[in-house]
Amino acid sequence: MTSPARYTGTAISLHWLVAFLILAAFPLGLTMSDLALSPLKLRLLSYHKWLGVTVFLLTAARLAWRATHTPPPLPSTMPAWERYAAHGLHHLLYVLLFAIPLSGWLMSSAKGFQTVYLGVLPLPDLIGKDKALGDLLKEVHRLLNYGMLGLVIAHVGAALKHHFIDRDGILARMLPFLDKEKSL
Amino acid sequence: MIRLLAILSLLSSSFADGAELSAVQLDQSSIAFVSRQMNVPVEGAFKKFTAQINIDPARPEAGRARIELDLASIDAGSTEANDEVKSKSWFNTREFPKASFVSSAVKALGDGRFETFGKMTIKGKTLETRAPFTLKQEKGVLILDGAFPLKRLDYGIGSGVWSDTSVVADEVLVKFHFVLK
Repeated sequence: MTSPARYTGTAISLHWLVAFLILAAFPLGLTMSDLALSPLKLRLLSYHKWLGVTVFLLTAARLAWRATHTPPPLPSTMPAWERYAAHGLHHLLYVLLFAIPLSGWLMSSAKGFQTVYLGVLPLPDLIGKDKALGDLLKEVHRLLNYGMLGLVIAHVGAALKHHFIDRDGILARMLPFLDKEKSL
Repeated sequence: MIRLLAILSLLSSSFADGAELSAVQLDQSSIAFVSRQMNVPVEGAFKKFTAQINIDPARPEAGRARIELDLASIDAGSTEANDEVKSKSWFNTREFPKASFVSSAVKALGDGRFETFGKMTIKGKTLETRAPFTLKQEKGVLILDGAFPLKRLDYGIGSGVWSDTSVVADEVLVKFHFVLK
């Protein structure tokens, strides 16, 4: 079986960078929202927001990459329904990679705490302070994150299925060191 | 109508004559502040305060002021923060319910700008403070506007873990706006 071509170095780096950032931001968000008000909580809140802004920016860069490159083709052995499912899942992941930071940003504004990226760059407040709206956006932010958790589990599960069960080399598109045939 | 005009002209001439104004319109006045948390500006205010201000627009240097704040009336931006700042390590409002500023002098800086000097008492600690302000006459009222930086740690506001100024900055900008009739 021929190995599919892999993603470019840029696409691979961006993918894994975003993966690690959301892997850090998700538990950070869960932890800090349970903390009582303390300097640590304020610090974690800011770090969480900075991670979110970074994910948003990197996702924009990834979309720019997608707009200017053709991703490596899926293996011909893949059934049509799997292709549709894969594309659908990838689209949803992109939607949430934008929607989650956006909901966090709006939530911060509604709660009256502006987002100051890295402590130096103030992001404009798109909406004014509004407690009820802030509580609603917090719930939206939380639910979108659980949606993201489900999508990521499906995404990782599919990648592992392709690697260990189908053995079609799809994972090597994003993890080049797995590509044994090419390194031989 | 003519009588009304007469009263109005009397009022405006009394300004010109340099009458002292002392009726602070509390509902139109405010005492607010901006703190910085992780460099994020957070707005707050004190909802309840009293202010005795005597100032003559013609001789502002003779002005006197006594402001008293009800610290428990603080709005620090969120319910969580409001509870926290009343606690012992912040304002300790149970033991120190009030903060006050008593002016001792007013200096003209020119261009309608002035500076008041006086004693600020917060949490049982009294320090010399100065605050620049402007005076503006408008439709029968006198508007006094000013702002000054207050170093919270000078008064022990936010002690213990909260004394970490890399999270909550030491300097808090206090803004005041008084309308006098």
